[in-house]
Amino acid sequence: MSELIVKNGFVYDPLNRIDGEKMDICIRDGKIVKTVRDSAKVVDASGMVVMPGGVDIHSHIAGGEVDTGRMLRPEDHVKDVEVKTAVTRSGVGFSIPSTFTTGYRYSKMGYTTVMNPSTPPLQARHTHEELIDTPMIDKGTYPLLGDWWISLEHIRDGLLEENAAHIAWMLKAARGYAIKIVNPGGLEAWGFGRNVHSLDDVVPNFGITPREIIRGLCKVNTMLNLPHTIHVHTNNLGQPGNYVTALETMKCVEDLAREDRPVLHITHIQFCAFKGEDWARLKSGAEDIANYVNNHSHVTIDVGQVVFSDTTTMTADGPFQFGLYHITGNKWINHDVETETSGGIVPFQYKRSSSVHATQWSIALEIMLLVKDPWKVFMTTDHPNAGPFFYYPKIMTWYISRRAREDMLKKINKRARKKSLLPTIDRELSLYELAIVTRAGQAKALGLKDKGHLGVGADADIAIYNINPERADPAKKFVSARKAFDRAAYTIKDGEIVVKDGEIVKQVFGKTYWVDVECAYNHCRTTRAQADAELKKKFKDYWTVEYENYPIREGFLHSSAPIAVKADI
Amino acid sequence: MGAAKFLNYSTHRTKTPLIRKNGELVEATIDEAIEKAAQILVDAHYPVLYGWSNTSCEAQRVGVELAEEVGGVLDNTSTVCHGPSILGVQAAGLSSATLGQMRHRADLIIYWASNPWDAHPRHPERYTMFSDGRFQKSSWTKYLSKLRGEMSKKKIQRASNLVLQKDFCFAPCQEEGLPHSMYTNKRRTIVVDVRKTRSADAADCFLQVEPGKDYELLQALRVLVRDGELDVDEVAGIPVELLEDLTDVMVECKLGILFFGLGLTMSKGKHRNIDAAINLTRDLNNRTKFLIMPMRGHYNVTGADIVSTWQTGYPFAVDLSNGYPRYNPGETSAVDIFCRDEADATLVVASDPVAHFPRAASKNIAKHPLISIDPEVTPTTMLADVILPPAFVGIEAEGTAYRMDHVPLPLKKVVEPPEGFLSDQEILRRILQKVRELKKEREMN
Repeated sequence: MSELIVKNGFVYDPLNRIDGEKMDICIRDGKIVKTVRDSAKVVDASGMVVMPGGVDIHSHIAGGEVDTGRMLRPEDHVKDVEVKTAVTRSGVGFSIPSTFTTGYRYSKMGYTTVMNPSTPPLQARHTHEELIDTPMIDKGTYPLLGDWWISLEHIRDGLLEENAAHIAWMLKAARGYAIKIVNPGGLEAWGFGRNVHSLDDVVPNFGITPREIIRGLCKVNTMLNLPHTIHVHTNNLGQPGNYVTALETMKCVEDLAREDRPVLHITHIQFCAFKGEDWARLKSGAEDIANYVNNHSHVTIDVGQVVFSDTTTMTADGPFQFGLYHITGNKWINHDVETETSGGIVPFQYKRSSSVHATQWSIALEIMLLVKDPWKVFMTTDHPNAGPFFYYPKIMTWYISRRAREDMLKKINKRARKKSLLPTIDRELSLYELAIVTRAGQAKALGLKDKGHLGVGADADIAIYNINPERADPAKKFVSARKAFDRAAYTIKDGEIVVKDGEIVKQVFGKTYWVDVECAYNHCRTTRAQADAELKKKFKDYWTVEYENYPIREGFLHSSAPIAVKADI
Repeated sequence: MGAAKFLNYSTHRTKTPLIRKNGELVEATIDEAIEKAAQILVDAHYPVLYGWSNTSCEAQRVGVELAEEVGGVLDNTSTVCHGPSILGVQAAGLSSATLGQMRHRADLIIYWASNPWDAHPRHPERYTMFSDGRFQKSSWTKYLSKLRGEMSKKKIQRASNLVLQKDFCFAPCQEEGLPHSMYTNKRRTIVVDVRKTRSADAADCFLQVEPGKDYELLQALRVLVRDGELDVDEVAGIPVELLEDLTDVMVECKLGILFFGLGLTMSKGKHRNIDAAINLTRDLNNRTKFLIMPMRGHYNVTGADIVSTWQTGYPFAVDLSNGYPRYNPGETSAVDIFCRDEADATLVVASDPVAHFPRAASKNIAKHPLISIDPEVTPTTMLADVILPPAFVGIEAEGTAYRMDHVPLPLKKVVEPPEGFLSDQEILRRILQKVRELKKEREMN
């Protein structure tokens, strides 16, 4: 029995409404408990901030796309290397770090749970192999299901219950955590080099619209009682004027909300909050988006904060990446996946001197600050799309300190500065609110009950930062706050100290979460046996992989953490 | 075809671990062989760990860890195969897809400097010419009628020769431009190669490129795709008029795919050829949708690249001697290291470099301690100082392998290995363990 007590820290635990109270946290066998014996190991956190371990709802850290990005960019790695130590493996950064380095860097910032947001189900095995090799954190991945032929056909034929049953099968086969939808309909059209441009465009060869796909899968998500909502990357991403598409996407599932619970998560919303007819007239759509989110409770968002850095963009949105390749002329990877999805990669540099990039930077901050309820909006960079994740501490200082924002605002493109709403926003997030947007809110949105809080029974994933809110206001001393967030004084993972003073002291391998949905096939027109037979038949026609070889077998994940869910069908 | 892999797979295998003593290979226990291998690696200053493409990803993962632990160089067979393709991709990217995408949608298929009929026989059958997809039907009927035509032509010829008592032959077909079948909306296949292969026989159209002139031809096509003009009559032995027709077909297809083989990567120009081919598809993507894919060889060479990349950031030729990964093909690639005689020990897993590397490299491999983990008897194992025969992955051991289009597949275990035989993964794991023990012992002394 291993016991640990974290003493005298200023605890920020929003899910339990604890706001900077000085208290002790007791840990036994990886869980938080009420009391421990006197013999428990003591971690002295006096004069420090204690928060639940960080949770990242959307960060591309593993899988085919990420790995092809790594392969594509030796120039990205050569400037940032990690030497092997007695405890850690060697590796490389920068925007697409090797798996071990990814785990270490997250852990050093006090993060303990990271969700990898896109996996072609056909290549899920690859994603999981990499996640297994990503140490220090718990993880999960969302299979891309918005352009899956079987979904499209079921939605076209009005067979939502059947589709739910198939998606339950797929979530298990791919060991997935949530339904990911990327540019619904657009990726199927991209198979022949086309795209869809609005929620009501017809998807070629299938005769349905993106609106029907989103609504269909949203209903399916509810039928299956999945812990997270549908996770949507909208149509028209990265196009001027697309804030309308984002608003329409949110509106289109308004009537599907149940008891004030969210039914939709729009991810990296900064990329679809562009106002203006073209790039030259680009303006911020942040106010419209924030207004909508403030007045509705069926949606959560994450921002996709741009940081000025060299990075590598990678999404399943093939046509968007093709557009980006045209804008930059950079090297370009495209990877279409049969019957399921597509993908693309383009290296990209966000420049302070560019009015578009600077406006993007401003939009993401505006959204974060204008959305009043922090439980609805989360910090991400859509790593590595808007910037690598190790810039989080810098972003946190922009949230908590007006001065930090102003410092950057002075340095950006003049035109963008003039258009920016930031000078009119005084809001500074408190540490309590910061804990919501970086962990508690994300854990809640993901439906991870043991994460994101420090109540009794929670996983003992804890971050301790060397910030003393009694002695200095972090909004004023934002540089030292940034350094503290950068190198956690302690990171505790499952009750073990894994980081001390910003260095890894122990290598651990976290769990992989996935949802194991039990379907009874109620309300379905077919029985389970019929559905299986139908799927088997379709396999021969749709994929180039056998039905038997497709699902990930039992025992493949080194530390599997299935979440059992009972579906309504 | 798979049957040949399974039947008699075990007939010519090495039956026990062997260690070289006084110039002779003598039988040893697995523990002795592992200890000896670990000793060699710990003693070495700059060992090379080579091979990897014919084993599972699970073994490759341990391999990277071992290379890091002993401060060696990790390289796989890409280095003498599609290494230039990787360099080409690192320069220009790659517009690709999984193979099912070609089956469902491709209406134009180009095999460039590759001969799938002989080298990847399942490829045309499952993914291209003879496979049926959702939006594109198979062209096997077209091929059969072509075959029938050829056969009846031969029959008539033979009969006429008998009757007329003299050599009669059909005049060679004087087709102007591309054959008619290239203008249908059915699935069409083009083969570009330096010689007429059996794949070319099955294709709608064959273009014979002069050896060493692929680069010129690719760049000429780029000019034409970009609506430029060529003021020569022919490029690489092919009339420009024909190239213009070809360009039209490429631009007007719904989805085209260019598969390229070693004829492009390992001939004059190397990665420059690939660069040109990729840029051709980039240009074509401004007009239509066009994909490109290397025809990889060993069954898990893609996996070797992938595993190396996620652990070290680089796909092959990774130097871990400084404690962190460093990549500079030409300097850190196995052949170059051996030619310069810098490696002082070699571990070969599931590969036969002695038979395939340049003579100078092979000579230097043999000069220093050599460990081979291979079930078969090969020139490399014959020169080895330690031989560790493993179980066959995919027959006697399970694991994961990647198809050439990066789709991971499970490898199954169908029979038990002979008693005492460990998988590659297990052997490597035990060598790694031993290496760590030895290093600790030496530190203590």
